[in-house]
Amino acid sequence: MPEIAINRDWCKGCYICVNVCPRHVLEIDQESFDHGFHPVVAARPDDCTVCRQCELLCPDLAISVSGEEAAGAPAGEAHVEPLAPAPRPLPQGWATAPSPLPAGRYFLQGDEACAEGAIAAGCNYYAGYPITPASEIMERICARFAVLLGKRVFVQMEDEIASIASCVGAAWAGAKAMTATSGPGISLMLENLGYAIITETPVVIVDVQRAGPSTGQATRPGQGDFMQVRWGAHGDYELIALSPWSVAEMYTETIRAFNLAERFRVPVILLADEGVGHLRENLTIPPEVRIFNRIGPSDREPPFGGRPVPPMPVFGEGHRVLVTGSTHDEWGYRRTSSARVQAELTARLCTKITDSMDEIVESETYLCDDDRLDLLLVSFGFTARSALGAARMAREAGYRVGLFRPRTVWPFPAEALRAVAAKSARVLVAEMNRGQMLREVQRVVPNARGFGKTDGEVIAPDEIWDAAKEYLR
Amino acid sequence: MTANTATTASIQKCIRPEVFPSTMCPGCGHGILMGAILRAVDELGLDMRRMLFVSGIGCAGWIPSPHFAADTLHTTHGRPVAFATGAALFNPGLNVVVIGGDGDIAAIGGNHLIHAARRDLDMTVICANNQIYGMTGGQVTPTTDIGTITATTPQGNEEPPFDLCKLVEGAGASFVARYSVYHIRPLIRTLKEAFQHRGFAFVEVLSPCPTQWGRRNQFADPVALLERYKTLCVPKDRAEKISAEELAGKVVVGRFR
Ligand SMILES: Cc1ncc(C[n+]2csc(CCOP(=O)(O)OP(=O)(O)O)c2C)c(N)n1
Ligand code: SF4
Ligand code: SF4
Ligand code: SF4
Ligand SMILES: [Mg+2]
Repeated sequence: MPEIAINRDWCKGCYICVNVCPRHVLEIDQESFDHGFHPVVAARPDDCTVCRQCELLCPDLAISVSGEEAAGAPAGEAHVEPLAPAPRPLPQGWATAPSPLPAGRYFLQGDEACAEGAIAAGCNYYAGYPITPASEIMERICARFAVLLGKRVFVQMEDEIASIASCVGAAWAGAKAMTATSGPGISLMLENLGYAIITETPVVIVDVQRAGPSTGQATRPGQGDFMQVRWGAHGDYELIALSPWSVAEMYTETIRAFNLAERFRVPVILLADEGVGHLRENLTIPPEVRIFNRIGPSDREPPFGGRPVPPMPVFGEGHRVLVTGSTHDEWGYRRTSSARVQAELTARLCTKITDSMDEIVESETYLCDDDRLDLLLVSFGFTARSALGAARMAREAGYRVGLFRPRTVWPFPAEALRAVAAKSARVLVAEMNRGQMLREVQRVVPNARGFGKTDGEVIAPDEIWDAAKEYLR
Repeated sequence: MTANTATTASIQKCIRPEVFPSTMCPGCGHGILMGAILRAVDELGLDMRRMLFVSGIGCAGWIPSPHFAADTLHTTHGRPVAFATGAALFNPGLNVVVIGGDGDIAAIGGNHLIHAARRDLDMTVICANNQIYGMTGGQVTPTTDIGTITATTPQGNEEPPFDLCKLVEGAGASFVARYSVYHIRPLIRTLKEAFQHRGFAFVEVLSPCPTQWGRRNQFADPVALLERYKTLCVPKDRAEKISAEELAGKVVVGRFR
């Protein structure tokens, strides 16, 4: 006689089974009431032909029929063969790797150096969408991936939303993934940037800033995305953004971006600008690069908790990992109504970064050796080059002027700035926007002044020197 | 019954029992589809550790996540196909299956759908089409029929819907099929074919939403709503033989490519 088992805890009382059974085997038990409805009972099991119609159409896997006809159905995991290893970056942790580009001196464009830095760091997945002034990165990657050995995937996607989405998908499949764009593309990427943050996915996003808002001046430089890359996604989080000021740094900071992304399981933004992106100058490629590859779980370790930076499983390794953009516990289960889980997750997403400032935050000072400064310039990216020129002009004119340059812009190097700003009564922030970094500097030095310009032109050294003179007067 | 018919018992190994009962409403077609997907996987003897289920936001997005004991990527609304693209391209050894609702796949995600079809990427995309935004409370979608009452079409929908199969076929998909969850056996067979297909396989699955669609359109009873597909759907072979008048208002089901 067939056995019809109804799982009372899973059944929701839709009665589909009762109605689809051709033999009227099942009935609603009007006498009893359980879980908020009259339960289903197998009233005439003898009549059951094990057609399985009830099983197949039950929306809740709540009904199970066993009988002769079921003999031979697979039971237990049919496949116990070992899995082929998923393509994850190896070895784990810090390693020294030979430079894919032969060591030596090169004359490259900033965007090209960024592409080379990515390749040196182990980038093996690139997805992008054309946009000035970042397209050269994509084109260089495309050309280089085609000739380099080893598995590498280049894909031009249908838009920037898809570009970052596919990078996140590839990262969970084991890739070191990157995409590059400019302001309009960053605007489109922001929702999935938040997804990368909450899922703790290492991915590198290059923003070669241009003059905005909106389409603005596609071919002209700007630094108006300073706040956008930090605060553009919704909710509370920390991320990392680096600011290169030269072609050499387009190479080295891209490598650092990958290393930090892998080390902290966080999206890292390379906040470049049209000035450095399209700049051409010499750089030296060293024979070896220091790279960091993500740490994988050993045995049963939770992928979303337990440690500040939990180990990252890769799809296809047999971890059966649950990745979700919803609030989740340490194993990835959605916990969207737990105040504790939400509080702990958002706190850890932030503290895994803010507790490791020493590893993340880098800044440089120039001409700041005096005990007292007349003026401290603060500037990032291409504008910092002009600011250094301005500081030199000021020195020639007899003023003690120095420059502070954050190389990590997010988290902002507040402590390093505080130390050097203590020497100077005056702090002047030069940037190609209307005072975005100034706000951050003013959190450290409330009376700091700004020199912002938004005419789509780079700021020249003498313009900063003129502004400095005004201030010094 | 053939020997390899998957049963509720045999598919237990493919799920995380601790997350059941699911949060879906009683009689939700997405639950039937969940079972159909698992049975197809089990009957083919696919290794769940090599399966990657990618879903978006919506009730349909919860079909695999967290119910399936496989790698699951529960992404943002509309973007599962784009996320899946990265994983499928980077590790072709993964068996990638995307599951999303009609809003997810055809409205906000429509652009990704047609481009993935054009690229003929090696993945299966299952659109759980309940012709409504279930999760957000029953608003009209691009697949809602003319005349349907929804939260945002209280007088009846006036916009013509997409024929998703034609759309995806036109975009270049190499496997295109449509069934309802009521057509459970052809549906399981089609899912098995789709999982084995190399290239882009699109399966549109008509799935009843008793709560948001049914209640507004005189089909609050899940049984009646499910059985509605019996008369609504016409198999492709028959559709080719009958007149246009007879076919009016019907949905053709079958394998189109
Ligand atoms: C960008 C964005 N917009 C809107 C939403 C809200 N939202 C959540 S689910 C959903 C609709 C889901 O409908 P569908 O994809 O048809 O799935 P169903 O619930 O019907 O299965 C919407 C609009 C969101 N999560 N993200
Ligand atoms: S297996 Fe078939 S005959 Fe038996 S109870 Fe289910 S639907 Fe009825
Ligand atoms: S079909 Fe499933 S959920 Fe519905 S009443 Fe029957 S056993 Fe319960
Ligand atoms: S709202 Fe509709 S689609 Fe969502 S779970 Fe309920 S019945 Fe299913
Ligand atoms: Mg829907």
